[in-house]
Amino acid sequence: MARRDERMSEGEEETEAESMSESESESDSQSGGEKSRGGLDYIMSLPDVPMKLPPHVELQRTRVLCNADAPNHTDTIQYSGAFASVGVDNSFRLDHFRDKFRVEVIRYSDEDMEFDMIGVDPALANAFRRILISEVPTMAIEKVLIANNTSAIQDEVLAHRLGLIPISVDPRLFEYADGNPLNERNSIVFKLHVRCERKKHLRRTVKASDLKWLPNGTEFLESENSNSSSSSKPKTYTEFTCRQDSLPEFLDNPIGFKGKLGDIIIAKLGPEESGDLEAQCKFMLYKGVLIVYFIQVVLLEEIEDEVAENLKSKCPVGVFDIEDVANGKKRLTVSQPRACTLCRECIREGEEWEKRVSLRRVKDHFIFTVESAGALPPDVLFTEAVKILETKCESVISDLS
Amino acid sequence: MEHGSHLDNSSSTFSLVDEDHTLANALRFTLNQDPRISFSGYSIPHPSENRVNIRVQTTGAPAQEALKDACQDLMMICQHVRSTFDKAVADYKMRNPE
Repeated sequence: MARRDERMSEGEEETEAESMSESESESDSQSGGEKSRGGLDYIMSLPDVPMKLPPHVELQRTRVLCNADAPNHTDTIQYSGAFASVGVDNSFRLDHFRDKFRVEVIRYSDEDMEFDMIGVDPALANAFRRILISEVPTMAIEKVLIANNTSAIQDEVLAHRLGLIPISVDPRLFEYADGNPLNERNSIVFKLHVRCERKKHLRRTVKASDLKWLPNGTEFLESENSNSSSSSKPKTYTEFTCRQDSLPEFLDNPIGFKGKLGDIIIAKLGPEESGDLEAQCKFMLYKGVLIVYFIQVVLLEEIEDEVAENLKSKCPVGVFDIEDVANGKKRLTVSQPRACTLCRECIREGEEWEKRVSLRRVKDHFIFTVESAGALPPDVLFTEAVKILETKCESVISDLS
Repeated sequence: MEHGSHLDNSSSTFSLVDEDHTLANALRFTLNQDPRISFSGYSIPHPSENRVNIRVQTTGAPAQEALKDACQDLMMICQHVRSTFDKAVADYKMRNPE
């Protein structure tokens, strides 16, 4: 509709104004087959004034054709004047976007979710994906102070393993430490003190739940001789001003490794082996996000009987199904398009198959799979990602003005 | 930061520090769909430098305004995406109570 407005502003304004009264009075005769001269409706109804792109161009614009040899028309057309020569406006309009944009949730749990995002350009979908992967914060262990480690696992390997354990705590409650001294607002400290007593057990498995939260900050002193300044508090690695568990957000909600996260194995100890360390947590990034294009499987002709059976058996993931139609005939249908992995087995054997089936990626339909590392539910992660993109834009605007 | 001609403000290169493909490509998308733009593109001069250069050339309007409008558009898109997404998730939770 907005495109129609633009055409008007381009030059038809006068004609339209003139013909307004005319076309109203002549609307009867128009519907009777008589053509009113100069009426906007008339101009728009002329066959050589295209209101939209011809079907083959529209197909190239909106679909990637996955042919047997190679994918075709893989780029997206962004330039606003790309279709100016055929009178179609390709510029961005927010109301168009609002009309077309849709989100459909397919699967949702606390750990992961899958949703379809329809009517969005790959540039934006990819921005959301990139932000989710590398810019939405999560808390994880960054610094490990090892006092004693007699286990088979070397210090540096142990430290690395610890860094990969997700902590169930909302990162939005913390600030970026960013070189500042560590305090209760920007860090969490855990203690791990385990020993495999020969008398009690032969082997001991150290799990994430063995990490004990130290709400008061570290218990390690920065250096031996700092004891000399005994007048003040001994200098430690953190500068907590109050106990973390006295803060309202952690009062009833102690920080730790909840549910399955507590079962993550850190190390296994043999008899008389022990580990004694402290781990400080700051921001870290770990999430799994995957986006794929939605694949449209199109049957270019009615496929029946033997060919249908043949095609159904070709597909290894069961995209096709066969339905019975009248007088004993069978017809092929596409029942599971989401299962398609684009193996192109169905169009591999010769050209006649490509004339029957066409595999197309829909350029503005994305299937998002978001996996959470445990701290926040996946939908919150996604909204946080969108907010981050917004703040980026905001900071550019404020820099420019 | 902006590099451009002092006489002609219709074309400029904007250099954004601490940004990457994420923002630059999304901005290029909104810029290119603006009818005032004759050319826009971005480059990352060196992969180990945290910087992108966004080139904006317009048919006459100030390039800075065009970039600002592109950011504004992108923000509006984001807000719409967020509200639509929240609604879709709420709907799903209503239909499938645990």
